[in-house]
Amino acid sequence: MEGLRAVVRTAVAWGRVDQGAATAGSGRLGGVSGITCMAGVRPEGPCGTDDIVSRVSARDTDWDGVRLHVVTGKGGTGKTTVAAALALALAAGGRNVLLVEVEGRQGIAQLFDCPPLPYEERKVAVAPDGGDVYALAVDTEEALIEYLEMFYNLKRAGKAMSKLGVVDFVTTIAPGLRDVILTGKTSEAVRRRNADGSFAYDAVVLDAPPTGRITKFLNVNDEVSGLAKVGPIRNHADTVMRVVRSPETVVHFVTLLEEMPVQETLDGIGDLTEAGLPVGGVIVNMEHPPMLDAGDLATAEAGGLDTDEIVRGLKAAGLEHDAEQTAAVLAAEAVDHARRTALQRREMERLAALSQPKYVLPLLPDGMDLAGLYELAEALREQGAA
Amino acid sequence: MSVHRTPPVLDVDTLIDDPRTKIIVCCGSGGVGKTTTAAALGLRAAERGRDVVVLTVDPAKRLAQSMGLSELDNSPRRIEGVEGDGELHAMMLDMKRTFDEIVEAHSDPDRAKQILANPFYQSLSSSLSGTQEYMAMEKLGQLHRSGAWDLIVVDTPPSRNALDFLDAPERMGRFLDGRFMKILATPAKTGGRLGVKVLTAGFGVFTNVLNKVIGVQLLRDVQTFVAAFETMFGGFRERADKTYRLLQTPGTAFLVVAAPEPDALREASYFVERLAEERMPLAGLIVNRVHAVVPHTPTAARSQAAAETLDERGEHPLAAALLRLHADRRQLAAREERLREHFTSAHPAVPVASVPAQAEDVHDLEGLRQVGDDLAGNRAAATARPA
Ligand SMILES: Nc1ncnc2c1ncn2[C@@H]1O[C@H](COP(=O)(O)OP(=O)(O)OP(=O)(O)O)[C@@H](O)[C@H]1O
Ligand SMILES: Nc1ncnc2c1ncn2[C@@H]1O[C@H](COP(=O)(O)OP(=O)(O)OP(=O)(O)O)[C@@H](O)[C@H]1O
Ligand SMILES: [Mg+2]
Ligand SMILES: [Mg+2]
Repeated sequence: MEGLRAVVRTAVAWGRVDQGAATAGSGRLGGVSGITCMAGVRPEGPCGTDDIVSRVSARDTDWDGVRLHVVTGKGGTGKTTVAAALALALAAGGRNVLLVEVEGRQGIAQLFDCPPLPYEERKVAVAPDGGDVYALAVDTEEALIEYLEMFYNLKRAGKAMSKLGVVDFVTTIAPGLRDVILTGKTSEAVRRRNADGSFAYDAVVLDAPPTGRITKFLNVNDEVSGLAKVGPIRNHADTVMRVVRSPETVVHFVTLLEEMPVQETLDGIGDLTEAGLPVGGVIVNMEHPPMLDAGDLATAEAGGLDTDEIVRGLKAAGLEHDAEQTAAVLAAEAVDHARRTALQRREMERLAALSQPKYVLPLLPDGMDLAGLYELAEALREQGAA
Repeated sequence: MSVHRTPPVLDVDTLIDDPRTKIIVCCGSGGVGKTTTAAALGLRAAERGRDVVVLTVDPAKRLAQSMGLSELDNSPRRIEGVEGDGELHAMMLDMKRTFDEIVEAHSDPDRAKQILANPFYQSLSSSLSGTQEYMAMEKLGQLHRSGAWDLIVVDTPPSRNALDFLDAPERMGRFLDGRFMKILATPAKTGGRLGVKVLTAGFGVFTNVLNKVIGVQLLRDVQTFVAAFETMFGGFRERADKTYRLLQTPGTAFLVVAAPEPDALREASYFVERLAEERMPLAGLIVNRVHAVVPHTPTAARSQAAAETLDERGEHPLAAALLRLHADRRQLAAREERLREHFTSAHPAVPVASVPAQAEDVHDLEGLRQVGDDLAGNRAAATARPA
């Protein structure tokens, strides 16, 4: 952890600026506002509270020492959902976790059933045994203006630019600038400390851009190489880069067991590794759990299920009516299921080539809701992801 | 089920057989099956006798391979293995290449070379948001103008918002034609120094900030680019407008694709409403990857209860497992049906076709043919297809 301490010491102190601002009362930055949305609070978790507490202290997780968890994946695979579940899982045991969203979609608010989040850290949920999950929806324009004010003393400029709509323009011609600001905001939260020197957040989870953009997004030094060669932005990028490359950061990939998302995961991990960025785990989301044992699956896939036996079973269960036809339908459904399971297995095998730890989250049969989110969080904990 | 929730049937064959149908656009939110549907429709139309070109964007690798598409050519290729009288051509959109081609076609060789080599142009043409949508529209316009095709089927870029396909080209056109581009062009043209030539107070601050924040080099690249690009400015917006109008003609048919999930159907709803506002012709909704149930089979509750009976007695474990599977499936089907009904109660006049989920990815002509059959409502027993 030596390198990390160095980061903190040499950091361009966005964190310190923030805390100063917060204590001075202008407080939008570092300060955490009052609790406004707590729809996520569930006094009793899906399992015994004591149970979790005892395990927290007793066990190691795969990511001990990691404080920034970046979550990426193909569009629609469940990045936002998994990031939120991971934040809940990490908070278990009474820890403070910040969940950051940068795509301006208010996905977190939707998930936790809150009104749209302002550009402010808000408590959105409590883990079953008392940890807190805070959320921050970073607004690119506000973050850019804030940045200009802080580093260039361009308060007026920021305002004027936003009036002219130039902010849009700047972030379009220099997307690297936007990314540096978003990653910078995130690493500031990672490094921020309380008055007693302890970290403000035990962990930060970033709901990041999709696989296709993640390497560029995190590789900020490369990104700003076309920008000003010296000055605040360069220093800032260096700080972000040190956080991103430190052993306290990992990038997790969310995937489905389907061809395209798995391919994107393999390609994405390759890109990230090549860029020297730290790959975390692979989280398989929305797995259709197998409903038949391995033997029956194999027989079904080969189309060889014993329909007579199925007919006898149906009759024994009191479903005499059209038992033969029903058996044929059930057998056909089993074939479908077996093929789908086999496809999942094949995609799982492609992932097996990766050395990263893998976690599997089931498809929640009734769609997503808060209870489901806690369920996914628990599954992540059981598998050692948090 | 009440009658008003049963939507009109989307008659795909009538649509693709009608010689007046010239363009079919498949849109919808990310990952719902736009590319698959576009390819399946193209194949079906070709096999029913039309000369078709399918413009795909980012197809799955295996599908592209099995169709013999490569990323190398930004132009249509004939697909082998098509049965029947028509022909099927397909291409994969290369957005950067399409952008380059526009530049080459609209400026003299020297200037084109200068633009293509400009670092700012290079990052712009591969990363400006909306470029993919713009270039898809551009390519559609080109294919249409060539007059070589009897039917053009267009896939739309992956985007979480289906509306991006309609909005992004306009946004990008506005950006390229916009006043900041012009303001930026001014100092370079007059040879004036940056930030010195203060047009307005706001502008002075603006260049000052740009200079400080993004650096002199990038700003200079931007300005050279803008100066070289200037003759083409108006063009971009004009071209976008033109294709937009093409989409409003009666020869065009929009098919909105959705998965039977809340988000996708909500997006589909937005899109349908938007098409009506823009007076763009909607042919119907395709609900893809549905789990149909065979009628007259035990209900979910009955199946579940029967499975429990068998479990308790410790008998017939296979039948018990299949009954549980069936119960799940019926529940899933019922949920999907409710979502679809929800859409239909908001848009009762929109014709709907459902395509069952295949057990595996759709990655070859055979799979596409099956999707085509399903689209046309030709699958005899929806799921009871013995292996
Ligand atoms: N394990 C799960 N079981 C059931 N539904 C899920 C599960 N995980 C995610 N979903 C659902 O899948 C959809 C996509 O999830 P989510 O929004 O988290 O994906 P995303 O990767 O963040 O998408 P985007 O790329 O659009 O940001 C949502 O409707 C979500 O509720
Ligand atoms: N009816 C179906 N049954 C089974 N798999 C399907 C079906 N339709 C599509 N798929 C599969 O779903 C995946 C996504 O489909 P497709 O690429 O057509 O979606 P898309 O809407 O074009 O996605 P994107 O928004 O990423 O471009 C592919 O792997 C495809 O094979
Ligand atoms: Mg998301
Ligand atoms: Mg596609």
